[in-house]
Amino acid sequence: MTMPDPVPPPALIYRTRLPVRLWHWTNALAVFVMLMSGLMIFNAHPRLYWGAYGANFDHAWLEIGSRGTTGYVTLFGVEIPTTGVLGYAMGTAEAFPPLITIPSHYDLATARLWHFAFAWALVIGWVLFCIYMIFSRHLWNTLLLSHEEMRGTSLWRDIKAHARLRLPRGEAARHYNPLQKIAYLLVLFGFLPLMVLTGLAMSPAMDAAWPWLLVLFDGRQSARSLHFLGAGALAAFIVVHLVMVVLAGPINELRSMITGWYRLPPERHMPEDRA
Amino acid sequence: MTGLVSRRNLLVGGGSLLLAGCDRVSSSPTVRETLSLGERASRSAQRWLIGDRQALASEFTRADLSPVFRVNGSAHVTAADYMRHAANGFADWTLVVDGLVAQPLSLSLGALRAAPSRTQITRHDCVEGWSAIAEWTGVPLGLLLRRAGLSTRARYIVFHCADSLAGKPYYESIDLVDAFHPQTILAYAMNRAPLPIGHGAPLRLRVERQLGYKHAKYVMRIEAVESLSGLHGGKGGFWEDAHDYQWYAGI
Repeated sequence: MTMPDPVPPPALIYRTRLPVRLWHWTNALAVFVMLMSGLMIFNAHPRLYWGAYGANFDHAWLEIGSRGTTGYVTLFGVEIPTTGVLGYAMGTAEAFPPLITIPSHYDLATARLWHFAFAWALVIGWVLFCIYMIFSRHLWNTLLLSHEEMRGTSLWRDIKAHARLRLPRGEAARHYNPLQKIAYLLVLFGFLPLMVLTGLAMSPAMDAAWPWLLVLFDGRQSARSLHFLGAGALAAFIVVHLVMVVLAGPINELRSMITGWYRLPPERHMPEDRA
Repeated sequence: MTGLVSRRNLLVGGGSLLLAGCDRVSSSPTVRETLSLGERASRSAQRWLIGDRQALASEFTRADLSPVFRVNGSAHVTAADYMRHAANGFADWTLVVDGLVAQPLSLSLGALRAAPSRTQITRHDCVEGWSAIAEWTGVPLGLLLRRAGLSTRARYIVFHCADSLAGKPYYESIDLVDAFHPQTILAYAMNRAPLPIGHGAPLRLRVERQLGYKHAKYVMRIEAVESLSGLHGGKGGFWEDAHDYQWYAGI
């Protein structure tokens, strides 16, 4: 009776502030709609080129196509059979299958309607979030790596911990870990701006307004290729992000991103951790 | 194995339901109206960014020309009138400029060739995603509109074409900002040769800051109008009417 509880319940902390949560979910929605409508837009001409021009008679570094009921992907001249996944799937000869495109059937005009409407949501959200990150110092307090974290040894330790899927617990889980910070910074200041700028570089009116876009990306078709690769990188980020949420405890992580409250996972009590 | 199959069926089935839902959302007029706010915002933003409204599309050199410029849309025209003109090299063909103008014009190909011209090597961007580069020579549209005495009531320039797609005549329209842009020309030559039939002989529009479907081929008549609502489907162009493509094609 007089013995105190040896293991106190893990502390609930307020970890994710409202602007971060609002941006996270609007951005998640915008990115999903843009990825799916973007795949439909890609289906209109499923070939990618480098340089200023590129059409059916020019060399494509990537092509997704079909012959009858077989689908294939040609990457740098090497043909890979992809029937059932790409080129021909679900009974339709589209590069990307209906399950992952908006709309689910070939409709370029509607896909463009979705893509450009949510592009505005993405850009406005990003600009507002950048203003918030600067004025609230969220950028420095939460995202930018400290000098200590940027040291090679500490990054290497974090890489090893991730490779063994040993995620931070206890007090260390109060903040993002260095690899996590790097991933978020890459998306925020690398891939999202890259997507917007390569997207704008495909617009003939924007090329007249901002001709430097074509210089920056070495032509419209290169910008289109980079836009596609950037979308792939964002999709890969989402997959890793979701896997990490599951590994770190999906309920706790989701609650934190919905309500802001996060339960610190208890420390491990194993000798090797103290080493 | 059965577990796997049924899970797969569940996935596909659930996915299909979700897709059907998404597609229903896409076809709702309210949703389309809301989504088209993005299009209107893009147009306003681009017009604002273009600033003096005369910002030029990038021009290239002859070294940048596409080796093969693919033919797209109509590749030929079957209208009897057109075929007769094509058979004698468009010798007695004329371009009509009318509508809200003080002085309607009827110009032969010779008269157009004799008028001041502009030559530009530009990139053609299809809404589907591909691009091709060619050299175009033609008469600035602004020149013809000034000569015809465009009325102050005119807000759009409509291009009536000889070709049809799916049984409907092709037409397109642009506003006056693009109509008076220096690179907006009626091209009669492509890569220093007379415009081939596949690319819209004898005359096609080049409106370099917009996507390919705005670049009307086989232009027979240019009409200045106050509103697009009375023409064909009322949305200002063949693709706009038939497939709801955006009227403003700057992006």
